[in-house]
Amino acid sequence: MAARSRLAKTRGPTLGIGMMIYLPIAEVSVNLFLLLGLGTLVGVLSGMFGVGGGFLITPLLFIIGIPPAVAVATSANQIVASSFSAMLAHLKRKTVDLKMGLVLLAGGLVGSAIGLMIFNHLKSQGQVDLLVRLCYVVFLGVIGALMLIEGLRAIRRTRLVGAPAYKRRQRNWVHALPIKMRFRTSGLYISAIPPVLVGIAVGLLAAIMGVGGGFIMVPAMIYILGMPTKVVIGTSLFQILFVTAFTTLLHATTNYTVDIVLAVLLLVGGVIGAQLGTQVGTRMKAEQLRVLLAALVLVVCAKLGFDLVLKPAELYSVATLDRL
Amino acid sequence: MRYLLSLLALFLALAAQAEQGREEVVLGLSQTRVSISTNFDGSEVLVFGAIKRETQIPRQPLEVIVTIAGPSEPLIVRRKDRRVGIWINTAENRIDSAPSYYAVATSGPLKEVLRDTEDLRHKITITRAIRSVGAPADIGDARVFTRALIRIRQKNGLYQTLEGAVKVDQQTLFRTSIALPANLTEGPYRTRVFLTRGGHVISTFETEIDVYKVGIERFLYKLSRNQPLSYGLLSLAIAIVAGWTASAVFRFLRQG
Repeated sequence: MAARSRLAKTRGPTLGIGMMIYLPIAEVSVNLFLLLGLGTLVGVLSGMFGVGGGFLITPLLFIIGIPPAVAVATSANQIVASSFSAMLAHLKRKTVDLKMGLVLLAGGLVGSAIGLMIFNHLKSQGQVDLLVRLCYVVFLGVIGALMLIEGLRAIRRTRLVGAPAYKRRQRNWVHALPIKMRFRTSGLYISAIPPVLVGIAVGLLAAIMGVGGGFIMVPAMIYILGMPTKVVIGTSLFQILFVTAFTTLLHATTNYTVDIVLAVLLLVGGVIGAQLGTQVGTRMKAEQLRVLLAALVLVVCAKLGFDLVLKPAELYSVATLDRL
Repeated sequence: MRYLLSLLALFLALAAQAEQGREEVVLGLSQTRVSISTNFDGSEVLVFGAIKRETQIPRQPLEVIVTIAGPSEPLIVRRKDRRVGIWINTAENRIDSAPSYYAVATSGPLKEVLRDTEDLRHKITITRAIRSVGAPADIGDARVFTRALIRIRQKNGLYQTLEGAVKVDQQTLFRTSIALPANLTEGPYRTRVFLTRGGHVISTFETEIDVYKVGIERFLYKLSRNQPLSYGLLSLAIAIVAGWTASAVFRFLRQG
């Protein structure tokens, strides 16, 4: 693959401690404890903040030298695993709007397929690394900034008044569109077009960035579709599970970039980390957590952004033509 | 008489050539198989041997060159340029065939132990081992890209020029060790030994080192290439089972 940088190249004896593990698909040798640590770190964060972590794990994999195409595909695979058990729990509690989930899923599958086509076209042009990195810089930048503002405002508000008040809008432009459907679990009678569009957007993100897309879908479900908060998480997990599974299969069959060994290592670290993170999370205030997460997202964003803007040490890169 | 003399001359020439050709390499390798397993972290191959001859040692000093070449494949080398403030791949050049790994070890400076014409014929140095024919007109200088490829792969330890790394004893025994990095491509690694005198190749020997993924690595890699759909489904199944088991274990631990 194109850029195999620093850590992946560093070989055993020079690293001192730790054990190197060879990843069969990424075809690089990486320190085992570094990967487990990375999985744990992201797990802690997802446990603390209640986010999926896909949008953090993929850029961190770039930084340790995993080829971006492998990082994206493997991350999709890993999200399948982490959303599966969570989705089961929500099904048991009946907090999944299956009908809404299926509509979102239909859009998601279309979006994922389109995303894969864009991804593979740019890969043949040698621009896929750029696309993925640019997407990350933009998304992490926007989300980090929004969370930071929101978090800081929340801290100020709790100091001044007390409890923040959110009002769910009852009627908006969504209700004016045609092809109306009744969603009993959510208690909604709205057009199918907005959920399909939301699904497509999330599917695109899954294919190109290797993220579940919950950070886009959850606000969209609450503020645009007007779904009740108690079914939002379960329904989004339902959609994420199947869309990332589909994306994994598409990447595996067209790019051969899903590294199962990498996925399992990240997963093991992630599960351990999530348990630790939940315990840490309960001891901290929600607003402080949000500001912390925002700061972290902005740091990762800045790192990726600098890499794009600063003159690289090596202007040339080598890519093998895939022997199909 | 003249006819006889020329016949004699021809005979002598043939004899001399045969005599030179009688120097042969007897080679030993520390390993003829390199297995890429889970904890593969590079390897070192010890190449050693002796020179078998039935005549006296000629006066001109004997030099030894050892090369190891991984499987060749076509490549694309791309160059970044600054556009709208960010660095983007803007130019590319296809290289028809380049070895995935190439090491050349010699007993002395390459310029002294090998003539250019011999290098051209046997493709011994790295530059000769890379083949690049058709470069698009807008690139201008395709050699820049070839040089970049060599530079990048040298930094990764994939291309090595080890002048003076072959130790020759009494013009009869030689040995060297060559490092194989962790990021190797699978396949047969063509290993060649050249004996030279005065820059001329007088004898060659060729063998192979097999570099293969073994065990679970091999199984997963093969499956991902030959049956990508099954591999994809397997990845999903493994991921789901692993994730579910791990969280079940934790739930059990917390309750117990």
